[in-house]
Amino acid sequence: MTQLDEGSGPAEVGVAGYNFAYLDEQTKRMIRRTILKAVAIPGYQVAFGSREMPLAYGWGTGGMQITAAIVGADDTLKVIDQGADDTTNAVSIRRFFNRTAGVAMTERTVDASVIQTRHRIPETPLRDDQILVYQVPMPEPLRYLEPRETETQKMHALSEYGVMHVKLYEDIARHGRITTSYDYPVLVNGRYVMAPSPIPKFDNPKMDRMPALQLFGAGREKRIYAVPPYTPVKSLDFEDHPFSIDRQPHSCGLCGSNESFLDEIVTDDAGGRLYVCSDTDYCRERREAGDVMNRSAAE
Amino acid sequence: MSAAQDNDLPLLTVRDVSRYYGARLGCRDVSFDLWPGEVLGIVGESGSGKSTLLNCLSGKLEPSGGEVVYQTRHEGALDVYRASEARRRLLLRTDWGFVHQNPRDGLRMAVSAGANVGERLMAVGDRHYGNIRAAATDWLGRVEIAADRLDDRPTAFSGGMQQRLQIARVLVTKPRLVFMDEPTGGLDVSVQARLLDLLRGLVRDLGLAAIVVTHDLAVVRLLAHRLLVMKDGEVVEHGLTDRVLDDPQHPYTQLLVSSVLPA
Repeated sequence: MTQLDEGSGPAEVGVAGYNFAYLDEQTKRMIRRTILKAVAIPGYQVAFGSREMPLAYGWGTGGMQITAAIVGADDTLKVIDQGADDTTNAVSIRRFFNRTAGVAMTERTVDASVIQTRHRIPETPLRDDQILVYQVPMPEPLRYLEPRETETQKMHALSEYGVMHVKLYEDIARHGRITTSYDYPVLVNGRYVMAPSPIPKFDNPKMDRMPALQLFGAGREKRIYAVPPYTPVKSLDFEDHPFSIDRQPHSCGLCGSNESFLDEIVTDDAGGRLYVCSDTDYCRERREAGDVMNRSAAE
Repeated sequence: MSAAQDNDLPLLTVRDVSRYYGARLGCRDVSFDLWPGEVLGIVGESGSGKSTLLNCLSGKLEPSGGEVVYQTRHEGALDVYRASEARRRLLLRTDWGFVHQNPRDGLRMAVSAGANVGERLMAVGDRHYGNIRAAATDWLGRVEIAADRLDDRPTAFSGGMQQRLQIARVLVTKPRLVFMDEPTGGLDVSVQARLLDLLRGLVRDLGLAAIVVTHDLAVVRLLAHRLLVMKDGEVVEHGLTDRVLDDPQHPYTQLLVSSVLPA
């Protein structure tokens, strides 16, 4: 092994003493093999030897390991957290890969070849030459009702998924409608029930037959799973309570979009609120394209 | 289905079922036939192998030797332990039911009574909320739980109600064979009496076959048509319930019957 040089600052290509994109080549090969298996069995959770990363579990270690394994020197990386490019998690991960891999960074969805995301799918439709990497805290959709791992594996193997509907039933019985609003369970390719990571259910329809490859990494739980391009992804529901998406009844206060998923921002202590697109890149592109509508005009 | 044809064959055929835990004996060489609509009681003291036998019969615990053959509705005889695990688990949640001694083992305590009853329907593919809820309401009524408790969690129920809820949850898919492990254990006598009354009515109305494990001779006298008496892992006596209880042949059965305290 080469010696570590912890004092060195940002470098053009990598940090002295570290391999390209931090992980060693054997680890990357192991993760790539896992990804290939995951792609071959859409929605199936494949165990892998998750490594320690230089940040805490729960901050995207699974997604980062996938990104490190697939990113190449000519890739362009975009990292978003809750749709935004400028939040702590996104900035930290982007800087990490900038230092350890030196790959090009972008905030523009259309320019990225690899997009690592936490909790959102970009509003701009993705293409088949892009890869979307999700950070997953809890990969097992059955865990809510079945705490035993041996049992959930068996349930997946035998397609015993009736219990997933117990949770949805419980929602309707209590609230009159399905109130699960994020991490909404989906059936992938008609076979495996999968947790889509905590994206809002607003984003679920985007997963269905998406042209881009979708990879999911759970570092703490040591699981990788995937949805290959153009794979059917169906949100679970009842015949008489079909799946529907929630959207705030507002338009974006900055770009005026009536279609995007909105964040609610409290602006003062007198009940003032601003609704803005959670996808910052989408919002900025729209404003730059001249689709500007300032707040006073919107109201 | 034609009842006459169904009644020609035993529902469950058990041949030489043995189960060892290492060198220790659980149960040995148990054989019997269970016919459609028949209730079989298994009695014996603690440690006599009753629960081991029940678990072997109900597909939960693979026997060390012997076979358990079930006559399915449409596909003929099925050797329970030679069938695939998928088939066996399907059987367990459709044609069979298991009532645990402790309702907490058989219920989901974190979801409502309605979801508990509806789970088996959803497990066999029912995806219509209204229908599931209607079936759950119907079954709560049949086990004498008020309809306004449908959305309460089992944690808010008394022990007797939890046990009745567990029975509703098992019977909702109209099983043909129900296994019960001490269904009245831990309940006080008046609640026991009502539960037994309810079980007797349901078994008769639905034409259920049942295997009931208990150490309570009063329970088997009320419920069971036939009786197996177990001691040290073996069946020591086997016969019609009234015959076994009123004219016990084996010394152990005689001891068991004479040990019951008169009320």
